[in-house]
Amino acid sequence: MKLHEYQSKKIIDRFDVPIPKGRVANIASEAKQIAEELGGRVVIKSQVLVGGRGKAGGIKLARDPNQAKELATEILGMEIKGLPVRKILVDEIVEIDQEIYLGITNDRTCRQPIVIASSSGGIDIEEVAQISPEKIFKLTIDPLLGLQDFQVRDIALGIDLRREYWKQFIKILRGLYRAYLETDATLAEINPLVVTKNKRLIALDAKMIIDDNALFRHPEMMELRDLDVEAPAEIEAQKYGLSYIKLDGDIGCMVNGAGLAMATMDIISQFGGKPSNFLDIGGGAGATKVAAALRIILSDPNVKVILINIFGGITRCDEVAKGLLSALADVKTKVPVVVRLVGTNAEEGLELLVNEKIQTANTLVEAAKIAVRLSTGGAA
Amino acid sequence: MSILVNKYSRILVQGITGNEGNFHAWQMYQYANNVVAGVTPGKGGEWVFEGKVPVFDSVKVAKEATGANVSVIFVPAHFASDAMLEAADAGMELIVCITEGIPVRDMMRVRKYLDQKGSKLIGPNCPGLITPSEAKVGIIPGNITMPGNVGVISRSGTLTYEVLYAMMLLGIGTSTCVGIGGDPISGLSYIDLLEMFEIDPLTDQIVLIGEIGGTDEQQAADYISRYMTKPVVAFIAGQSAPPGKRMGHAGAIIESGSGTAEEKIKALQEVGVQIARHPEEIAIILNR
Repeated sequence: MKLHEYQSKKIIDRFDVPIPKGRVANIASEAKQIAEELGGRVVIKSQVLVGGRGKAGGIKLARDPNQAKELATEILGMEIKGLPVRKILVDEIVEIDQEIYLGITNDRTCRQPIVIASSSGGIDIEEVAQISPEKIFKLTIDPLLGLQDFQVRDIALGIDLRREYWKQFIKILRGLYRAYLETDATLAEINPLVVTKNKRLIALDAKMIIDDNALFRHPEMMELRDLDVEAPAEIEAQKYGLSYIKLDGDIGCMVNGAGLAMATMDIISQFGGKPSNFLDIGGGAGATKVAAALRIILSDPNVKVILINIFGGITRCDEVAKGLLSALADVKTKVPVVVRLVGTNAEEGLELLVNEKIQTANTLVEAAKIAVRLSTGGAA
Repeated sequence: MSILVNKYSRILVQGITGNEGNFHAWQMYQYANNVVAGVTPGKGGEWVFEGKVPVFDSVKVAKEATGANVSVIFVPAHFASDAMLEAADAGMELIVCITEGIPVRDMMRVRKYLDQKGSKLIGPNCPGLITPSEAKVGIIPGNITMPGNVGVISRSGTLTYEVLYAMMLLGIGTSTCVGIGGDPISGLSYIDLLEMFEIDPLTDQIVLIGEIGGTDEQQAADYISRYMTKPVVAFIAGQSAPPGKRMGHAGAIIESGSGTAEEKIKALQEVGVQIARHPEEIAIILNR
């Protein structure tokens, strides 16, 4: 789960990482008030969960409270990469002397947390990695030992940080590491961490991503969730324990298992069709689950045909067929359905479906071909 | 022959009295009759499966009493890390964790501890493994594969079943099939298993089933080019997956443009691995 800048800053602030003075606002008049409290000059930052806010015009400087209100009105009316700006962060302006990058993430390859730091902060770290990899310093942390003092010093040395800033830097990295650990973050990033003209280190921008698998330990995080980044059907699917992702094609897919669901989408694409979604119904596909899945797929008006691909292992195909029949009786639709059942009790399952307005197929290739033909207006 | 498990394996089931654990332990018991113990804290002294399999309070006690050497875990996500650590602490040689939804932070710590203890881990978020007719550890259905000379390694569940079944229909069996799981951080990797299959005398060919996310398949390709003499056939799922979206499995995500199916296929093709265009084609290629 991605957190907004203002949410991430609030978290690192709790772990003693200095952040600029400022507050979040929903309406322009609030921005004016915050600007007055902060002495007039402020930066107004759109809070949307995409990168490149600055380039899109979603970050602007205001010289006084009145201009803050004007700019806030403008930014609050914006859409950035398809996402509406519902909140803005109004922060004090700090005079910048140097910009540093500091991030902690999970490294899949070495299976350990990794600290990434660079004296070239302020821009996309992946860009820095490409243009001047020598400016990036990386250090892995033993997950059983945690971040050690000598490692923190190594990082300060690694980015050539002047000694007069070490004390502040050590406190900030320690705080960021604690924030990363205690919130189960998969990314905790300060970019940039700035050295101000009056020699203070401040986290000017922050970004955190929380491990979805760890949300059970952090019920308070659920309130921070931004539903704008998820399609309504994806939110609905979660209620039924379905894993659904909307795509822009016209062949609806219902499959048991994530890998098989991806393979089903791939084969549709290979035969010239376009999947309208990824959908994993998981194990034990009962009638309620199948019906919910059907409704969710059909909530997309672009869907012209539905391909159901079930591998019966522990799940018996005849049970899935029964579930499907009762779901189809419940969710009446004119959209044609192609079913392929294979594995345990597949024959019994297919027999149950024989009299219905359902196309059946024996292999995945055959099923995909039929679905693609139906989606392009051809006969089955 | 086979790798990791065989008819001499003595299997212990952690979470044997839970719904899932009980159902699958029973399937395993019926398949090869080598489930020797169960563990559910607080239920020590009970018996399951018509009084044939004893339940213990801890892995340590169960191991001492029964000589179990393989543990399979079916406990909910928030107890699973503890279950893996307990199994390693008791000295289990192989730990198979079926549970899905374990936090990454926990897995980093668990993996490190297991490495120090010398326990091998398969999973989590995996279907387990099967050596046909000899041992079934986890949830791979027993009736969709048969003994043979193809080693199978996969990151997913039903997609693997699909491949095993297509192989069986053409009369192709497996030496051992291992589901390594769909999480970003897990136990044995493609490379570990490729190495085992390479030296297993009864494995002649290897099937590698991968998916988007991470770089494990690319690392496998590098390993194959350096060390493998046996032919490898691969299928990579997720060629039509959009970037930045998690496709069901926690580890199946294209991040910052990296981990795409294309780059994995390219890496494997370059080292001579035959790529199947769809799961059923794997069996056809193996049959040539």
